[in-house]
Amino acid sequence: MELTRILTQVLGELIAPTTAAYALAAIGLNLHFGYTGLLNMGQAGFMLLGAYGFAIATIAGLPFFVALLIAIAAGALFALILGVPTLKLRGDYLAIVTISAAEIIRMIGRSTVFNDSTGGSSGLTGNSFKYTFMDLSFLPDGSTQFGPWEYSNNGSNSWWVRLVAWSVVLLAVLLVWLITRSPWGRVLKGIREDEDAVRALGKNVYSYKMQALILGGVAGSVAGVLFVLPRAVQPDSMGRSMTFFIWTILLLGGAATIWGPVVGSMIFFGVYMLLRAGMRVALPDAISSAQIEQIGGMIVGITLMCLVIFRPQGIFGDKKELAFDGR
Amino acid sequence: MADDTQPTTDGATVTRPTDASAPTGTQNSTTGPAGLVGLEPTPGVAKPDSLMVVDDVLRKFGGMTAVDVKHLEVQRGAITALIGPNGAGKTTFFNLLTGFDVPDNGHWKFDGQPLAGKSAARVARTGAVRTFQLTKALSRLTVLDNMRLAATQHPGENLFTSLFQPLWKKREAEVTEKALEILGRFKLDTKKDDFAGSLSGGQRKLLEMARALMTDPTMIMLDEPMAGVNPALVQSLLGHVQALRDEGMTVLFVEHDMHAVRHISDWVVVMAEGRIVAEGPPEGVMKDQAVVDAYLGAHHDTDLGDDALLDPEVLKRLEAEEEKR
Repeated sequence: MELTRILTQVLGELIAPTTAAYALAAIGLNLHFGYTGLLNMGQAGFMLLGAYGFAIATIAGLPFFVALLIAIAAGALFALILGVPTLKLRGDYLAIVTISAAEIIRMIGRSTVFNDSTGGSSGLTGNSFKYTFMDLSFLPDGSTQFGPWEYSNNGSNSWWVRLVAWSVVLLAVLLVWLITRSPWGRVLKGIREDEDAVRALGKNVYSYKMQALILGGVAGSVAGVLFVLPRAVQPDSMGRSMTFFIWTILLLGGAATIWGPVVGSMIFFGVYMLLRAGMRVALPDAISSAQIEQIGGMIVGITLMCLVIFRPQGIFGDKKELAFDGR
Repeated sequence: MADDTQPTTDGATVTRPTDASAPTGTQNSTTGPAGLVGLEPTPGVAKPDSLMVVDDVLRKFGGMTAVDVKHLEVQRGAITALIGPNGAGKTTFFNLLTGFDVPDNGHWKFDGQPLAGKSAARVARTGAVRTFQLTKALSRLTVLDNMRLAATQHPGENLFTSLFQPLWKKREAEVTEKALEILGRFKLDTKKDDFAGSLSGGQRKLLEMARALMTDPTMIMLDEPMAGVNPALVQSLLGHVQALRDEGMTVLFVEHDMHAVRHISDWVVVMAEGRIVAEGPPEGVMKDQAVVDAYLGAHHDTDLGDDALLDPEVLKRLEAEEEKR
């Protein structure tokens, strides 16, 4: 019966709120990297900022939608601040600036200076900021079973969180589909290929890059809100490794594809759970559970490398697009 | 050269600017190539109907002066070639004029509008559209998308209207129709659904020129359009450039291929060491002493193996000549 238990855990990961949060963050990163060619190495920073914005605003007594707006505004402002000095420079500078800016956000969050707002390194407990969201639930109390999935209707690990999280993801997919099939999306792809060529045709490249950076950043900050709804705001759980997970998800699913980030996230967390649960069952004596987490992280890193080397277009990507050099 | 829309490309009957049957014959004699007839072939000469006027443009890279152009006028409706040896500053000058580089000094006007300090995108929007020496085909976009991307006044390129297809569907259809028409002219219509990255070097040059035309430019600026193109395609490219002129467009192009320059240009501007050393009609300018010096060196006929060079007297004289130049 171990196998059934592992399988249930894996299936649970497929629709988990965390999977949805990562999918949304990867959708944002897809706008940056997949469509516009912007190297954002700090998507976790956008998520952390969104989480802080939402949690701190709620704790201050603001209603849910106002707190959500604050999270969105925080993501947009962060993108603007990062974009103004870097988007005029060539590509790689944005990567350096975003990775350091994300670390700065995390360091400020965990420092004792703003202990009263951010709770320092111990963060903000879930119960302090999620009541406005839980109060919005129209689901009756109790629990519901759908096939292999059984969760309570309301609460941290509930159908309500899943319902909202995946609705937001679907909405984002729809939006991305609408804007990327349009001439606006065509300009973004042109910028990805060669921004000087697009500039020579009279398009304001800087403005388009800024729009893409802000949109993707806002997706990241909303993903941050989704990520903390079933748990607490923990600055150290939203650091560089989170950014690399998002990159793995995007490249796994396929950059510049509509469903790539969503399916990538599901496969990523499904396989990640399968590996960890499998190791726990198969090698209970050889490896301690703490080590299993570490080994899981290593495998993620190796997967990312193998993906980039052997299948850079991901699962959904078009092999033809990579048949020639991007330049 | 089977394109029957371009009678001028038929080798033997190429219209020379001095030809009485030039397509601008119906207009008065100051416009187009006809306006260049009989002009004094000196650097900086005023043109009767100039579209672009450049004054005192200076660009230094450290201590090296890359471009130092005192005065240049480009005749409207004519093909002007910008030639010069390697390192003469032609491409840098092009970059300065189109906003891809910023000069240390200088101002220039296009169609009466000052362009100095304007971004590359704004320069393009005034109607001066350029292509690049190393072609910039947008590889992972289809040929048709490359074309449609260049369309101007497209409401679908605004983030908010892009969400609602009915708001931009009509313009998109117009743009597609125009793109297909231009692609047809350049014989790229069969490639419209291929990725631009799969095109050959010559086809990319054609695509880049076709894409520039999508913006309805007043002046098209081509940076070495013939570089890396096979000889069969050069002929067709030349035909296209001439056809543009015959439609009333102004063409300014940088080129190394002397044959191409002689064949199609109405006026030739010669740059050397960042300065304009000569300009004039193609037949005359090639014989200009300054041009010969710029290309071949002032002492190109001096035999370096000549024992006379060992004579310090002779060397001193040559050095003095060099100083004076």
